[in-house]
Amino acid sequence: MLPPFQNLLDEHAADVMGVLRGAVGRSEAEDCFQETFLAALRAYPKLGDASNLRGWLLTIAHRKAIDHHRANGRRPLPVAEVAEVAVTDPEPDDGIWAAVGVLPPKQRAAVALRYACDLPHAEIAAALGCSPEAARRSLHEGIKRLRKELA
Amino acid sequence: MKASLDRFADRAAAEGLLDVAYANVDSPFGPLLIAATPSGLVRVNLPAYDPEETLEELAARISPRLLEAPAKLDDVRRELDLYFEGRLTEFDLPIDWQLTDGFRKKVQRAIARIPYGQTRSYTDMARSAGNERAVRAAGTACGSNPIPIVVPCHRVLRSGGGLGGYGGGLPMKEALLRLEGVLP
Repeated sequence: MLPPFQNLLDEHAADVMGVLRGAVGRSEAEDCFQETFLAALRAYPKLGDASNLRGWLLTIAHRKAIDHHRANGRRPLPVAEVAEVAVTDPEPDDGIWAAVGVLPPKQRAAVALRYACDLPHAEIAAALGCSPEAARRSLHEGIKRLRKELA
Repeated sequence: MKASLDRFADRAAAEGLLDVAYANVDSPFGPLLIAATPSGLVRVNLPAYDPEETLEELAARISPRLLEAPAKLDDVRRELDLYFEGRLTEFDLPIDWQLTDGFRKKVQRAIARIPYGQTRSYTDMARSAGNERAVRAAGTACGSNPIPIVVPCHRVLRSGGGLGGYGGGLPMKEALLRLEGVLP
């Protein structure tokens, strides 16, 4: 038999709030808390097994925290300490690619294939349908022009 | 945490997920547990009975979507307060009769129509419910009234003038009858 839902609040609301504060931060935890308990209340009458209600609630809370992170994918998460990890592969500067975009087609393609797709000269040549020397020349011209453009 | 829980009860009600709201309220006889569904008042638990057991019974018989939500019972609490102060003689509250049925329900609905300050016998109630000879069943119906005080089973007495029984205890029945001026 399922106990009154109020018992679940009395016994587990503080734990659920604590878990959510850890997962999504203090300011966002309230929304996730409401979503968690509304989802639980909606599903409750059909819950077959009432032997681990705490685990059931924490599972729902975990899912709501994941949903929350997805919905806020690009928002930085406040953390107590920032890990010291080297930054690699920075996103290309928009200014450079804007300049690449206005190069003549062959130079533009050569630059993109070389630096965005990381292709060797032989493959750039194959992709452009020209000799490796011509590909090298297009790339060289393109870069020269970019240097002048961005100087 | 309390603000979060209050907000949750409001949202649950707004989304139609609050099947039974309850509140604990004070009375001159001790704490009462009152419970309502969206249809109306469904249960009054007198101080003589364990409120926890009553909540479990409500969860099993009506719905486990049961939350403490005093705001949903403001009208009931206000009318009860006025009644205990002697300033209200007729409750005007929607009633949900789902915890009763059959002959019992007929008797209890008849009890609800007994005016303030008057009494009826168990035989009267059997007759009102359509079976004059079912006096014992009428007595059982009074005893199983899920909404005492508001459905005033304390106004039903023995034919000879004896007080009969009362789930909340005879002192409470006497006190209610004194409040209504039936007893000195």
